[in-house]
Amino acid sequence: MKKYFPAAVALLTLAAIALTLRAPPHSGEYDITGFGRLPTLVNGRVKPLDTVARTTLLMLQGRQRVSTPDGGSLAPAEWLLDVFFRPDLADTYQVFEIVQPDLLGLLSLGTTEGAGGKRFSLRQMAPKLGELERQARLADGVESALRTTFQRAAIQLRSGILLYQELQVSLMAPGNHDFFTEVGRIEQMLPAIAAGRAPKPGDGTNDATLLLEMATTFATMERSVYLHPVTQDGTGVPSDWKTFGGAWSQAVATGRVAPSAQAFVGLGRAWHGRDAEAFNRAVTAQHELLARSMPAVMNRCGVEFRFNSAQPFYSAATVYVIALLFGVISWLRWGDVLGRSALALMLVAFGLSSVGIVTRMWLESRPPVTNLYSSALFVGWGAVLLCLILEKLYRNGIGSVAGGVIGFATLVIAHHLALGGDTMEMMRAVLDSNFWLATHVVTIAIGYSATFLAGFLALIYVLRGVLTKSLDAATASSLNRMIYGIVCFATLFSFVGTILGGIWADQSWGRFWGWDPKENGALLIVLWNAILLHARWGGYVQARGLAVLALFGNIVTAWSWFGVNMLGVGLHSYGFMDAAFWALVVFVVSQLAVILMAALPVARWRSFRGQRV
Amino acid sequence: MSTTVRPSPVQETLRDLRDCIVSMKLTLVLLAFSMVLIFAATLDQVNLGIWAVQEKYFRSFLVSTQVGPAVIPVFPGGYLVGGLLLINLVAAHVYRFTFTWRKSGIQLVHFGLIVLLVGELLTGLWQEDAHLRLNQGETRNYAESFREFEVVLTDVTDAAFDEVVAIPVDLIARKTPIQHPKLPFKVEPKTYYPNSTLVARRAGASGVAAPGGAAGEQLTAVPQAVTYRPNEDNVPAAIIELTGPQGALGTWLVSAELPVPQEFTQAGRSWRIALRLKRSYLPVSLTLLKFSHDRYAGTEIPKNFSSRLRLATPDGRDDREVLIYMNNPLRYGGRTFYQAGFQNNDRTTVLQVVRNPSWLLPYVACTLMTLGLTVQFCLHLFGFIRKRRAAAAASASSRPAAQPKLA
Repeated sequence: MKKYFPAAVALLTLAAIALTLRAPPHSGEYDITGFGRLPTLVNGRVKPLDTVARTTLLMLQGRQRVSTPDGGSLAPAEWLLDVFFRPDLADTYQVFEIVQPDLLGLLSLGTTEGAGGKRFSLRQMAPKLGELERQARLADGVESALRTTFQRAAIQLRSGILLYQELQVSLMAPGNHDFFTEVGRIEQMLPAIAAGRAPKPGDGTNDATLLLEMATTFATMERSVYLHPVTQDGTGVPSDWKTFGGAWSQAVATGRVAPSAQAFVGLGRAWHGRDAEAFNRAVTAQHELLARSMPAVMNRCGVEFRFNSAQPFYSAATVYVIALLFGVISWLRWGDVLGRSALALMLVAFGLSSVGIVTRMWLESRPPVTNLYSSALFVGWGAVLLCLILEKLYRNGIGSVAGGVIGFATLVIAHHLALGGDTMEMMRAVLDSNFWLATHVVTIAIGYSATFLAGFLALIYVLRGVLTKSLDAATASSLNRMIYGIVCFATLFSFVGTILGGIWADQSWGRFWGWDPKENGALLIVLWNAILLHARWGGYVQARGLAVLALFGNIVTAWSWFGVNMLGVGLHSYGFMDAAFWALVVFVVSQLAVILMAALPVARWRSFRGQRV
Repeated sequence: MSTTVRPSPVQETLRDLRDCIVSMKLTLVLLAFSMVLIFAATLDQVNLGIWAVQEKYFRSFLVSTQVGPAVIPVFPGGYLVGGLLLINLVAAHVYRFTFTWRKSGIQLVHFGLIVLLVGELLTGLWQEDAHLRLNQGETRNYAESFREFEVVLTDVTDAAFDEVVAIPVDLIARKTPIQHPKLPFKVEPKTYYPNSTLVARRAGASGVAAPGGAAGEQLTAVPQAVTYRPNEDNVPAAIIELTGPQGALGTWLVSAELPVPQEFTQAGRSWRIALRLKRSYLPVSLTLLKFSHDRYAGTEIPKNFSSRLRLATPDGRDDREVLIYMNNPLRYGGRTFYQAGFQNNDRTTVLQVVRNPSWLLPYVACTLMTLGLTVQFCLHLFGFIRKRRAAAAASASSRPAAQPKLA
């Protein structure tokens, strides 16, 4: 029984993961899945509408599920359909997260009125939108670093509402319930327009008036440039994608309309008029049309849709936690069987994150690290890989626990970074270089991984030594050697990564070193690792001292990974974050607390009590 | 019977000093100091901007702070920490150097580090940066400094060539009277403002006597606080008196804000006077054929910036088109031209021109250090694997009883 337990645990987990990879079931009679897989161009990247729905929801309310006022719940793509085609209903969904008390006061909202005490609908805010706009404008005038939390919250809410409203007017004119009927009449006029017999004001029909009105409407809609869902020639290259308003403006002028622009009219009419059969027909027709003209794009969108709904990083985070628990318990009871189970689970979670990262790389055609979000994924992945190697060498559960902690923590960090929008964004000019992204950025990220890992091993050393009796001499000695080895590895990678960064800077900005905050951050890690190694070689520190220094390495790494971005200065400040500031402070304080704990005389450590050392 | 020769106090002090200079403790202290320095400098960038921070923290021996009216040095600066680190490093290696394979990697790393530190020092001393702004179709054979200015007096009498005398503003700021062999008059700076704005002169306003020249009759310079912000420029201005053999020629108000030089004649020759960004002349002239600013479809996110230029040398040996874009500079005649920015609604390109004779040193240093680290890492790794194999073999025969040392 004991022999097969680890394998059984791993198989069970794999089976659970396999369930998430199944095609999501048809929810109700509408083909929401098919709709979610339809491609659109947003922010320069062709992606499925499902991704648009999910990233928008993450930005607005920090989660992907939508609760309806009647207690039901909506899939992200279903919510997006209501935003597009039933805007009045969508306005009643509570999808705007507001937690800043002053902002709630300004909008006259109480926490009791919100879903979960913090999510509100546009309808609820409607009476105070003017005041919100005024406050956001006042805040605009303040330099971003000096804004109060209220001002930041006001600006953030305003931009969320603007994004939401932009989506609302992308495929349907605001406030016009007969929109699709009227577009239908325009469709009938197209052959005449194409033949040069467009209805003229003197004809005595209403057609000319309607044509004029709709031309204005389309021109207005064309100004919402967020969503480009219409492919003009069906080539699928980025420049081929048009806004719905733009495609119809062209149709009104030339009499020829892109089939995919017509398809959205069919979809809209069916969803607006609650005709499931027509909706499903339109979705299928659009898929068939696009699959013929751009099979590669459709394939990519299909994979991305599956990737979105499987959420591999969430599953991996869960498995990491279970592995971590197994590992910790293995130090106290049932060492062998739980230790092996922890390792098996770590392998499963690691495999899952690897698949996730590789899928992202394939979707983006990029090296693994392109922004802060993917750096969190990759730093975690690298650290877990090192942990697996350590576990293979030492087989004492330490690798599993450290890997579980770092794997889980980095995925939580990644989740929070994903709240900023699409995590597969286009690379700004100077970063648009796969060579440097693959060398400098990846090496630096591995350096971060290793420095963090050394710090977490030190954490285990101190916590186990001070608080438990489980740190026996052999374990202490192997932990010490692990920390030292990982620090050597970290020095190599952070140094080489920093140097490669210097060479990239020399190639693109004309200087090898410019004392930019991010460069300084990387240099601090290199210097700190150098201090660690010299202190050990010089005999100034032993096992405990090395652990303390490695713990401080956690602070240094956290600073250069996130802290410098919070300064909001320099060429590298691409990821400015406010909320993360407090998380960073808490992390730094916790590390300092453990360092203080390590400063206790060794005789007071529970593991070494009564020992001669 | 034996006699012990006690070293003299001087010898003892020297020995202590040597021990200190070659010690690893000093290395650790200096590394820690450099970390504090870098951290403080990073934080201070929010207030000072990157240029002022470099001057204050890294290109200085001591970092000083203003306490009331006094300027008090509070921390060693970049030159001091870096210099001591260099001395420590070199001294330790000279004193203790013995070649062994086991240490070869470490030695390579440290040798590379020496090259890197020297390279940074030389870069700080030798590197010249300048901007080259080109409008569509424009040709230029000079670049302009970022922040340094000069007062120029140009003899434009001869239509075929100009005779230019450029005076650095440092001399103007010190109000040194200048008598140059090429100038038939003496230049006497009266006032200098490192940053200023020009305002219209109110009729009949009292105060300093109105300077002559076209600008001075209508405008006056008001001093402003010097700015260090990366997106703001200082606009210096000066009032300059010219004195010929027959007495004063007049005073001129010159400012970087004035778009064109002011003209005057003296002894039958036409002169121009202006205060402008310091120019450095290039061995080549560049013409902007086309600047491109590519964006991702449907967005304002920049995808690429590029400048197509015609490059021509005065001797006609080089006359070709070149394309400069992000991550792909042009290296020519010891200078490197980078795409740095754009202005004027994508019709003007801004190139950065860097001349750094020591640009290769960081590359050499990096190669040495990377090689050294790799060698060392591999030596450790193989040693570790060998040890584990040996331990595994030993534990197969008997349990090891080694007690590792704690704390």
